[in-house]
Amino acid sequence: MANFFTDNPDLLYQFEKLDLDEIVHLTENDFHEAEQYPYAPVNYEDAKENYFKVLEIVGDIAANFIAPNAASVDEEGAIFENGKVHYAKGTKAALDILSQAELMGMILPRKYGGLNFPTTIYMMAVELISRADASLMNLFGLQDIGKTIAQFSDEIQKEEYLSGFASGKYTGAMALTEPDAGSDLQAVKLTAYQDENGKWFLRGVKRFITNGNGEVLLVLARTESGTKDARGLSMLVCYGDETVKVRRIEHKLGIHGSPTCELQFNDTPAQLVGQRRFGLLKYVIYLMNRARVGIGAQSLGISQACYDEALKYAKAREQFGQSIYHLPVIANMLIDMKVTLEAQRSLFYKTCTWLDKKELYEELIEKLKAEKKPFTEVNDKLKEAARVLAFLTPLAKYLLSESSNKIAYDALQIHGGTGYMKEFPIERLSRDARITNIYEGTSQMQIVAAAGGVVNDVLAEYMKQLDALEYKGNLQNLLANVREMRGIFDECLKYVKDKKDAGFQDIAAKNLVELYGSVYISYLLLSEANITGSKLLITKRYILNSLSQAMAHKEMIKAEAYADFIHADTILK
Amino acid sequence: MSFNSIVLVKQVPDTANISGQVMKDDGTVNRALLPAIFNHEDRIALEFALQVRDNYGGTVTVITMGPPRASDVLRECLFMGADEAYLISDRKFAGADTLATSYVLSEAIKKMGNFDIIFGGRQAIDGDTAQVGPQTAEKLNIPQVTYAMSIEGLNKDSITIKRKIEGGYEVLQAKLPVLVTVLKDAAFPRPFKAKRVMAYKNAKTLLELEKLVEGNSLLYIDQLKDEYIQKHIYIKTLTMDDLQLEVERCGVAGSPTKVHKVESVVLGAGTHEMIEPNKDGLNLLIDKLMEDHIFG
Repeated sequence: MANFFTDNPDLLYQFEKLDLDEIVHLTENDFHEAEQYPYAPVNYEDAKENYFKVLEIVGDIAANFIAPNAASVDEEGAIFENGKVHYAKGTKAALDILSQAELMGMILPRKYGGLNFPTTIYMMAVELISRADASLMNLFGLQDIGKTIAQFSDEIQKEEYLSGFASGKYTGAMALTEPDAGSDLQAVKLTAYQDENGKWFLRGVKRFITNGNGEVLLVLARTESGTKDARGLSMLVCYGDETVKVRRIEHKLGIHGSPTCELQFNDTPAQLVGQRRFGLLKYVIYLMNRARVGIGAQSLGISQACYDEALKYAKAREQFGQSIYHLPVIANMLIDMKVTLEAQRSLFYKTCTWLDKKELYEELIEKLKAEKKPFTEVNDKLKEAARVLAFLTPLAKYLLSESSNKIAYDALQIHGGTGYMKEFPIERLSRDARITNIYEGTSQMQIVAAAGGVVNDVLAEYMKQLDALEYKGNLQNLLANVREMRGIFDECLKYVKDKKDAGFQDIAAKNLVELYGSVYISYLLLSEANITGSKLLITKRYILNSLSQAMAHKEMIKAEAYADFIHADTILK
Repeated sequence: MSFNSIVLVKQVPDTANISGQVMKDDGTVNRALLPAIFNHEDRIALEFALQVRDNYGGTVTVITMGPPRASDVLRECLFMGADEAYLISDRKFAGADTLATSYVLSEAIKKMGNFDIIFGGRQAIDGDTAQVGPQTAEKLNIPQVTYAMSIEGLNKDSITIKRKIEGGYEVLQAKLPVLVTVLKDAAFPRPFKAKRVMAYKNAKTLLELEKLVEGNSLLYIDQLKDEYIQKHIYIKTLTMDDLQLEVERCGVAGSPTKVHKVESVVLGAGTHEMIEPNKDGLNLLIDKLMEDHIFG
């Protein structure tokens, strides 16, 4: 039987390579739940075996149940009728089977019916689901809503909502965007007000809300009347009851299975989550950072599906008396796809482990505080994790989403005219990929977010550590190439800094982020190739390709090509 | 009103992946060379039993007769939701045909206590005989309904089943206890449940525990078995001695079926003939089919 987990050697490789020791110990709190739950692990090896076995279930369902329905889900789409949203048949069936398999609460505590898995493992599941049907990821990936409640709500709210998420009875939505508040969420206007008993109600409009028809909604709302910025916003939770009117759903280019709703809240009863005024500053940032990582996994799944389709087609399609797979130009395109996939998968799961660490350190600190124990050491680790993650999250979101578009583009190209028709999955995959570099923060926003980390050379220490490893002889040349890239980066950064021109710096940030990201990924691959011989060719292509791009970045930055942006009005007239 | 079901399951060689080396000279299959899988229709039978439990309550017990590695399918049954699993295994059972198999199964079922419904797949993909279910029912002296498509009704005395017949279906009622064999499209089997997979992944039969003990002088079988029972991960294992069976009715000795001859059949397209889609053509077609003894 096909299985999207066990049929993917690179994903298995990343799984085997994961260093989850610290993460598992923190997640499992030294394994004391094993006495209470027969499915809780007794030690690290047991935990990892559990993760493997559960990913096997996900891979099975993804390959044999979800993927075969993806075309019909795309064709049928979510439907809006008489004020109600209906999922496509395949979507509904997939949610049912995932609920039956107990996979809708992977990251929730066992106490509420969840599996208590690290985010890294959950993200592997998200990749598998996305490869089968990208639009289903938008529903499966909403497990983060429950996670946010688990993280910040009081016990009463947790009791009320979480078991419903874990069993699959509830799906969620995060209602943030409004007609005038997209990238700029500080401008949110939807009002939350209290009655004389202190009960909260919501009034206003939200737009572009993925699964806005869900049973439980997390809503970013203005609780402090008269305020205009982030400090007046709070997070509230409410049911998608009759007071929440779906006004319409969008007709989108892709991810048709995922309903995108416009919502009108008509005095909807709600409960405050956590503290007032921290809605955007703390809770939404938490949720959005997780969601961005989720889009990384979605992008990766789409890329994998595109590559698979392209390879299959290239081998089957005969032209000029042979399959086009044997044409050097086609083989070269396929190699580029695979190299990008594996390089970025390595970056991605590295990012996921940092996310796990950061959140687990936060939890540990809360615990130590409550027990009145010292926590400075953990606090230092937390600061470091937060610093690294503030760079890696936008970097991964940016690179993976852009690559899924590039891979989809090339995969369709390999299909030729056939790929432009609806008969082959690549047409759908290309449309599905297109959203990944737009939502949860556009690529341009990710670059802005990542730029700070680049300027501060946030990964310097980690690059140094990887540089200092003892590399095998056949990797020495590649190591020299990476060092050369690092030199180019230093030179470019200095140039941009010295220029002291904010506009120029904004534009050059794209070059710098890509350059810095590729140096780091090169080091990651190099260290992988040092241990695993089969990674050598992938590493070599990636590094040589990145080096040539690094030179191009340097040319672009130093050639003053961007200086003409001050003449924008003249050029664009 | 609750019902206790027993499900007969079998581990089968994956005949979809059969190759030349797999056939032995005597015409039987060398199972060791083929991947072993859960017979699909038996999985549907388990799904039927689990649905009965979902709707009415009760228990689901699965039972298989097979070599030690058949424990794989029992674990899969536990992953799907079965309450209990039994492995019936003994070297003396090897080479059993349907007669010997149904003898052993029926004797094991008699030992297992009260039940209301026995479910099984229509047939296994290795032998394709569809005989074990019916023979088991005969030996237990209970009614049987084969080729079930769905359960239309169930009460404390009887079950109503829609079953497939040539050219259509029929609905019939049978008294409990009853044996029902199901068709492959009768249901969609539920997925493994994540928590159950984690909880039962280390479930073991007595034979597997004995293997562990063999390689480790620090382990004692009784102690180990108790430990597994306590952790609810012991798969009950019954051997010839446990069942007090008649040796001559088991395994090869109890199996009158012999492979008479094996032929290698090569399917190839021959010539074809176009027949016009009109009345004359139809008459011609009927004549031709009569000529070839396909009709009449």
